[in-house]
Amino acid sequence: MALLEIRNVTRRFGSLEAVKDVSIAIEAGEFFTLLGPSGCGKTTILRMIAGFDVPDEGEILLDGKSLSGVPPEKRPLHTVFQSYALFPHMTVAGNIAFPLEMAGKSALEIRRRVDETLALVHLEDKAGSFPHELSGGQKQRVALARGLVNQPRLLLLDEPLGALDAKLRVEMQIELIALQREVGITFIFVTHSQQEALALSHRIAVMKDGRVEQLDEPDKLYSAPANRFVADFIGKINLIEVEVTSSSKVLLGLCAAGLGEIAATDPRPIAVGERGVFALRPELIRVFGHRESADLKNRFEGVVRELLYLGDVTLYKVELANGCLIEALMPNAAPGRAKFHEVGDAVAVCWRHDAGVYLRN
Amino acid sequence: MKRSQFWLWAAALATYAFLYIPLAVVVLFSFNDSVLNAEWVGFTTRWYVKLLHDDDMLHAAANSLLIALASSSVATLLGAMAGLAMHRYRPRWLPFLVLTPVAMPEILLGVSLLLFFRQVLDLSLGLFSILAAHITFSIGFVAVIVRARLAGMDESTFEAARNLGATPWATFRRVTLPLIMPALVAGFLMAFTLSIDDFVITFFVAGVGVNTLPLQIYSMIKVAVTPEVNAISTLLMALTLTLILIASRIAPDVLKGRA
Repeated sequence: MALLEIRNVTRRFGSLEAVKDVSIAIEAGEFFTLLGPSGCGKTTILRMIAGFDVPDEGEILLDGKSLSGVPPEKRPLHTVFQSYALFPHMTVAGNIAFPLEMAGKSALEIRRRVDETLALVHLEDKAGSFPHELSGGQKQRVALARGLVNQPRLLLLDEPLGALDAKLRVEMQIELIALQREVGITFIFVTHSQQEALALSHRIAVMKDGRVEQLDEPDKLYSAPANRFVADFIGKINLIEVEVTSSSKVLLGLCAAGLGEIAATDPRPIAVGERGVFALRPELIRVFGHRESADLKNRFEGVVRELLYLGDVTLYKVELANGCLIEALMPNAAPGRAKFHEVGDAVAVCWRHDAGVYLRN
Repeated sequence: MKRSQFWLWAAALATYAFLYIPLAVVVLFSFNDSVLNAEWVGFTTRWYVKLLHDDDMLHAAANSLLIALASSSVATLLGAMAGLAMHRYRPRWLPFLVLTPVAMPEILLGVSLLLFFRQVLDLSLGLFSILAAHITFSIGFVAVIVRARLAGMDESTFEAARNLGATPWATFRRVTLPLIMPALVAGFLMAFTLSIDDFVITFFVAGVGVNTLPLQIYSMIKVAVTPEVNAISTLLMALTLTLILIASRIAPDVLKGRA
């Protein structure tokens, strides 16, 4: 049985349907992420799980028991808020002790658990500090410690890394993964950052306009997006409008207007004549000089229009014969060579026939 | 110094002089060894000694303190409730109901309270009617200060408390109350100073027989501004100033307008 089950939940605000018939089952021990642009309903779902909001339809079950009518303080789950929401009048130790005090633990146990948790988040020396004396990253750790100290069944995290600067965010991501593994508590993480979601999660539900567009493991979401929105939202991707010209077992023939035949693979039976979009990740495209030969089926000539040197990689924007711009990401692996092509160079873009995905409209 | 700066300083100085010289004169002449407020004769504290032996004055002072303490306590309680309600439930009508007495001309409030107490409730005027009147005009001030304090706080702080296992009552006692405490203290002191120096409304609802300090001073200056009036005014000023200093120590952000 799933630890938490969201069953056909709908939530309306006036005429706006913020969450539309969402069903998700989250297993114990999982690091689960709700990912989507702002306004997609992910925070509303989190608030309904925490008990700050009530579904209009459907229900949420914890260990198979409905949570409807259970007030927030009676739910065995804690939240790390986006703003941290630390109690400004209490010390770090006071903040962390709060959930234990509310649970009626003995003074001795509170002391022991607060010390343990402070050590877990490396804040032993800040026990007596007040929240306003801490840096953003330290506040973040206190909020985490406070959420974990009473060992909830579930820890909800509402964009907890949003307020940190880029470098600290990456550090905290690594710490979060280690922490979740160490404490074994189920995490439900809400974010609009696809990079964060990919890095942290066991499974991700990609949301848009109140619906779950795709629920899958990070590598599946990235390599096999279910639709155009997911493909576009997760990472960079080239989208080429195509028509299906042939379909036999796994091989798929596609025709892009003004470009020609693209060879692709798809195990699904697909009708010839169907229109859709061919999605191709930039790092799976090779850029060659136009005289160099490449033993790849998909080879299209074009001209480099722009390039962005990023150090480890270079992003090339290549204009193809039909006028469409293809982005290709090439690693600068050869020592001493920063760029392989210049703006204006005639080049050929190539990719393996199984590099991209065909998405139905 | 630039020319424009010179005029700026001059204007500021003139303004402060206009505000504070009259107060300074009152303080100065309360120590003047002469019955007339005309010229400086010599230093004395006899007016203060005389005050201590003036039964009417002592009685009025006792009344004023009692009324101020009681009315500001009740007003703080009710005002805090109103402030919390205005913040949490955002009712459309409550702010008008609570804040109208603050904006209402005092004379109007005095007359209407008098009519209400006498004609509607048929209450005999005295300590209780003064108390009720003072509570009425103080609630709004406390409510505004408490609401401003709450508005400046992160709403998720209170949700976090519930989320971490605190019942609504525990959330109030452990989180909300400590966080609005500076506003409560500031509101209490504000209500206290409003009450202790109120004249107009008290004048209407006091009836006969019960005197407060401002009423007592008024009845004395009907004859002449005696040095004794200067002395009691100086004491009143000192008390008010002390309260403001305490308020600024306890809730520095309230005086800075951030509440």
